[in-house]
Amino acid sequence: MENSNDFLLNLYTTMVLIRNFELMAEKLFLEGELPGFLHLYIGEEAIATGVMANLRKDDFITSTHRGHGHMIAKGADINRMMAELYGKETGYCKGKGGSMHIADFSLGVLGANGVVGGGLPIAVGAGLGIKMKKSNQIVVAFFGDGASNTGAFHESLNFASIYKLPVIFVLENNKYASTASTQATTAIENISDRAVAYGIPGITIDGNDVIAVYEATREMVKRARDGGGPSLIEAKTYRIKGHFVGDPELYRNKKEVVEFWLNEPIKKFEKRLEREKILNSTEKKNIWESAQKKIKEAVIFAKESPIPDGKDALTDLFIHDSGYDY
Amino acid sequence: MREITFAEALGEAILEEMEKDPAIFTYGEDIARQGGIFGAYKSLLGKFPDRIFDTPISEEVIYGSALGAALVGMRPIVEFHFADFLFTGIQSITLQIEKIRYMTGGQGKLRLLLRGPDGISNSAAAQHSECIETIFMHVPGIKVVIPSTPYDVKGLIKKALQEDDPVICFEHKMLYRMRGPVPEEDYTIPLGIAEVKREGNDVTVVTISRMVHESLKAAEELKKEGMSAEIIDLRTLVPWDRKTVIESVKKTNHLIVAHETWKRAGWGAEITSVVQEEAFDYLDAPIIRVGAKNVPMPFAANLQDFVTPNYKDVITAVKQILR
Repeated sequence: MENSNDFLLNLYTTMVLIRNFELMAEKLFLEGELPGFLHLYIGEEAIATGVMANLRKDDFITSTHRGHGHMIAKGADINRMMAELYGKETGYCKGKGGSMHIADFSLGVLGANGVVGGGLPIAVGAGLGIKMKKSNQIVVAFFGDGASNTGAFHESLNFASIYKLPVIFVLENNKYASTASTQATTAIENISDRAVAYGIPGITIDGNDVIAVYEATREMVKRARDGGGPSLIEAKTYRIKGHFVGDPELYRNKKEVVEFWLNEPIKKFEKRLEREKILNSTEKKNIWESAQKKIKEAVIFAKESPIPDGKDALTDLFIHDSGYDY
Repeated sequence: MREITFAEALGEAILEEMEKDPAIFTYGEDIARQGGIFGAYKSLLGKFPDRIFDTPISEEVIYGSALGAALVGMRPIVEFHFADFLFTGIQSITLQIEKIRYMTGGQGKLRLLLRGPDGISNSAAAQHSECIETIFMHVPGIKVVIPSTPYDVKGLIKKALQEDDPVICFEHKMLYRMRGPVPEEDYTIPLGIAEVKREGNDVTVVTISRMVHESLKAAEELKKEGMSAEIIDLRTLVPWDRKTVIESVKKTNHLIVAHETWKRAGWGAEITSVVQEEAFDYLDAPIIRVGAKNVPMPFAANLQDFVTPNYKDVITAVKQILR
């Protein structure tokens, strides 16, 4: 099953859906349609896709400010995602969260986070809860190279290790934390080396190769589910777009970006599928067109959805109250 | 009625709720082997060995993990060791716990309790003496509980452990050994209901925690001089009992707010502001705040005494307002 053509095509389809969602979001943002900040996952699709292909529906993840890809790969409704980007009532957070905070607890997505490293302690806590409940669910904490330099990272890996919690720390090393290059901010070549300090397995993989991501995660998921405890996977990739849409990118040479486009994960996987005669040009066209159609429908859904009532700003703070105004 | 200590009442509350609700578990620094720095967990030692455990000194992940555990259906209780140390992991509380439900459009139940000691003790100095409840009243998203008696701590903690929202509870170090009547039977105290500790006609004193007892002592002294002070223990700051305070001010026409935290921008400023907005016409004199001097807590005993408010400051304030 895992090596079946269907499985491989599903991975491809997911990556294409993420790519198209992001391209559309970028376009809409540049046209002034979307408010707020928008952080794109373009070029990193293989990681969310490869990791999530190992998870059950009842497993949990914590996500980042660059979280659309995680949401889509976990099975989120793209209509509700797009509506949230528009700040509409039908959005995942009823217009209270926006791009950086899309979450679906029922889907196991315990929140995207606008704070670098903010999701790590939460993931550890979910792992702790799972251990207390004695279920065999697992948690994946997605974070970037920037987060790996926060105290939360070190506290979380140590904490998860001493209690053998079922948490897989997936480090998306996209070479930049905001405008700072990893090289300038991190003393070591492979951040996964830090796993040694916490007594857990740590590996560095090609984050642009969806199969490499899938296989590395499969091993760590099995380990976590069997009670073996946490692990750290560093998936090396590249942030093809700026930190946010509109980023003037004064901190990097554009030539570098062009080079990395040649190694981008969808093209890379596509070549393999074509070489192995799993994907032909008709199928490829269908997959892309189907993704584009879904995204267009999501935009229509979002645009046609009502904006929230101003008074709704006072709900959802506490379960039974509309926020204490006293 | 039997009399037990504040710490014993707290331990009983947690024990009773743990027996009822298997989702409750508790962790923090030095609680499982030692019973907590001030012995709050002594009665729990040896009970529920799988549900009470010590943690490394890693505040950000301790508080943040409470949120994660709550999101997957558990009801964690975290002891924060000293309130001062909340600052070392504050992002997990103010940027995560207090906001996640709201910013996800009301998803999930955040059934978690953060609790631990605050306030002065015997020369604990600047990093072990702070009353920082105001910060959690200021940032929306967590309910703030501050009990002043063994009876209250038991009832409020039990209620907190039945809430579907995050709660933080501050327990004054100097109250842990205080004894008081606590019924054997099950009871809870709703959040947001103040208690009139002593009725009076001349001036209302709104207070919490250790300052409740200082204010009661002041009221006793003032009575000898013919002044009648009404002492209100708010018991919770989020939500706070606006009604009881306003009603009292309408009766006494004078208000003093007394707290151990710094006077400058302390929560007393919020109470005085609301009262002047809603009951200005009933006030016969400007409201007075009693609070700590605006410096970190010094070490030497006489310096600590100079900085910290006590019953004498309440007496001075009452005499000034009734002048």
